[in-house]
Amino acid sequence: MSSLELYPLDERLPRGERVMFNLYMITALLLFVLMMLLGLTMRMTQAEWTPVLAGMFYKIMTMHGAGMVGTMSLASTAVMWFFLRKYVSLHLWAFVSNYVLFMLGALCIIWAVFIGNFASAWTFLYPLPVHSMGLWSSGAAAAFMIGYLLIGVGMLLFYLDAAAAIIRRYGNLGRGLGLQWLFGGTIDPTHPKAVVAGTMVIIANSLGILAGAVVLVMCLINLYDPEITLNALVVKNLIYWFGHMIINATIYMGVIAVYELLPRYTGKPYGISRPFLWSWAVSTVFVIIVFPHHLLMDYAEPRWMLVMGQIISYAAGFPVFLVTAYGVLTNIHRSGLRWKMPSMLAVLALFGWAAGIVPAIIDGTISVNRVMHNTQWVPGHFHFYLLLGVLPMILTLLYHVVGSRRRAPVNSGADRTGLFLYVVGGISFCMAFLYAGHVSVARRFAVHLPEWVPTDRVGSVAAMVLILGMLVFAVRIIVGLLKAPADADPSHPAG
Amino acid sequence: MIFQNVIWAITLTGMGLVALGFVYAITQAGRPAEAAEAARVNRRSITLRRGLFLALLLLGIGIAWASLRPFPIPPQHAPLQATQVVDVIGHQWTWDVSQTHLKVGEPVEFRVTASDVNHGFAIYAPDGRIVTQTQAMPGFTNKILYTFDTPGTYRIMCLEYCGVAHTGMTTELEVAAAGDKP
Repeated sequence: MSSLELYPLDERLPRGERVMFNLYMITALLLFVLMMLLGLTMRMTQAEWTPVLAGMFYKIMTMHGAGMVGTMSLASTAVMWFFLRKYVSLHLWAFVSNYVLFMLGALCIIWAVFIGNFASAWTFLYPLPVHSMGLWSSGAAAAFMIGYLLIGVGMLLFYLDAAAAIIRRYGNLGRGLGLQWLFGGTIDPTHPKAVVAGTMVIIANSLGILAGAVVLVMCLINLYDPEITLNALVVKNLIYWFGHMIINATIYMGVIAVYELLPRYTGKPYGISRPFLWSWAVSTVFVIIVFPHHLLMDYAEPRWMLVMGQIISYAAGFPVFLVTAYGVLTNIHRSGLRWKMPSMLAVLALFGWAAGIVPAIIDGTISVNRVMHNTQWVPGHFHFYLLLGVLPMILTLLYHVVGSRRRAPVNSGADRTGLFLYVVGGISFCMAFLYAGHVSVARRFAVHLPEWVPTDRVGSVAAMVLILGMLVFAVRIIVGLLKAPADADPSHPAG
Repeated sequence: MIFQNVIWAITLTGMGLVALGFVYAITQAGRPAEAAEAARVNRRSITLRRGLFLALLLLGIGIAWASLRPFPIPPQHAPLQATQVVDVIGHQWTWDVSQTHLKVGEPVEFRVTASDVNHGFAIYAPDGRIVTQTQAMPGFTNKILYTFDTPGTYRIMCLEYCGVAHTGMTTELEVAAAGDKP
C-alpha cells in the first residue's frame, strides 16, 4: 500500500533522475500546448475564422493526432516510471533511451509532415500512404513510419526493463498483477497498485507495439515494392490493435498518479482488494481484445469479432465505473479531503475518465455506430477522457512534485483560475464535439457545411478558454520544476 | 423519434449520473467521519457497489441481447432479396454509383467497395442526419440493406479520410415516393 506521508523520502529524485524527469515533463508540456494550438487551428478553420487550405489542414490534423498520442505516451510513461521505481529496480538507461528515441521519432514525424507534406492522418490507414495523388513522396511516408518505429522501440525498451524488474522482484508478471489472490488467499496489503497497473500496461502495450511494428514494416515494404500488396482489412485490424492499445495505455499509466497521491490528500488509506485485482486482470484481457469496435462498419470483418467488439466495449466499463471511479469516490467521501491542486486534478481526472467513456461505450453498439461512426461524436468522447482524464492525471503528479520541491502543496489563486478555465473550456469543447456528432457532423473535414459552422464556433471559443488554462499550468509547472528542491543539500544531490 | 436524439438523451443521462455521483462525494469530502461512522459508511458502500454491479450487468446483457438480435448487419455472403440493387465504388475523390434513382418502401442492397484507398460510404437524409453507412475498402465488398421511408434528395458523403479532396467526395440519391416514377 502506498504511503500516506505527503512527500515520502523514497520518492525523492537523485540529480540524474530529476534531470530526466524534468526533460520528459517539460518537453511534454510544451508539446501539449503546441498540439493544442494546432487543434485550435483546425477548429477555427472549420468555424471559417482561419483561412487554412485543405492541404495544410490535413497536415495539421496528422501532426495533431500523432503528436498528441505520442506526447500522452511520453508523459504517462514518466508517471509510471516515477512511482514504479519506488518498488522495483529500474535502469535509468532505459528511461533515457525512451526519451532519446521519442525525440528522434518526433523529428522524423515533424519532417515527414511539414517538409515532406505527409498527411495520411495519425492512423496511416493502408493504402493511403502510397496513394498521395502527388502530394507527398514515398520518402515522406517512410520517414513518418520510421518515426513511429523509433518511438515504439523506445517504449518497448522501457517496458522490457520494467518487466525484468518486476519479474526480479515478484517472480513473474502474473504475481506482479496479483493473479495469485484472485480466487483466495490473504492479499498482501503492501502490494503496490503501481506494480499492478504497470504490469498490465507492460503486457498489453508491448503486444500493441509489436502489432504496430509488424504493420509498419509491412507498409514500409509495400512503399518500396508495390508489387507486394497487403490485405487492407488485416492491416486495418493491426493498426487499430496498436492504436487502441497505445492510447489506452496512457490512461492506465496515468491513473497510477491518482492511486498513489489521492490518499495522501484524503488521509484515508486506499487499500488493495480482490475487486481491484479482478478489475485489473480483466482489463488486461479487455484492452487487448476490444479493438474490433473500431471496425464495426467493416462488414467484411468476421461477425464474431464485431460481436466481441461490442460486448467487450460494454464489459470494459465495469472496472472503470465500479472499481476505479467508485474507489476514488469512496476514498474522498467523508475524508476531510484537503483541496489542493493535485487533489482537485485527481478528482477531475477520474470524472473525465468515467464520464468520457459513457459516449464511448454507447458508440460501441453496432446499431449506434452505424449513425455515429466517423462523426464528431468520436473526437467528442476521446477528447473527453484524454483532456479531462489523462492530462489531469499527469498534471496531478506534476503539481504534486512542484509542491514537494517547496514542501507545501500548490494552491495559489493563479493555479485555481487556470483549473477553472481548463474545466469550463474542456467540458464545453468536448460537449460541442458530442453535440455536433449527434447531428451527424463529419469528423476530419477541412471544410464544413454552413449548418455545421455554429458548433465549430462554440468549440473554437471553448478551445481558446481551455488553452488559456493549459498555459497557466504549463508556465507554473515548468517554473516549479526548474526550481531547485527547497531542502537541497549540495553534498546529497536529491530532490 | 430521431435515433440520434435518443442516443444523445441516453448519453446525457449517463454522463449526468456520473457527474451526480462525483458532486455528491465532493460535497461530502470536507466532513471527516468518526471511526464508527466510517466503518458503517464503508459497509454501505460495499453493498451499494454490489447492487450497482448487478444492475449494470443486467442492463448490459439486456442491451446487448436487444441490439444484436436480429444482427444489425445483413449477411455478407448470401443473397439479400432486395428489389433494388446499387453498386457503389469509391475513388479518390468521386463516387461511382450504378443507380441514383430509388423508391421509398422497397429494400435497397448497396454493394460498396473502393478502387484505391479506404472511403466511408454514408447516406445523409434530407434533414441532414446519417441514416446508414459502411466502409468502402479496396479488395472487399460491404453490403448494406436499407429501406428508405421518406422521399427526397439524399446526400452520399465520404466519412473515411481519403486525402486532400476528401471533403468534396459527395453525390446524391433521388428517392421517389411509392407510385412516383423513380
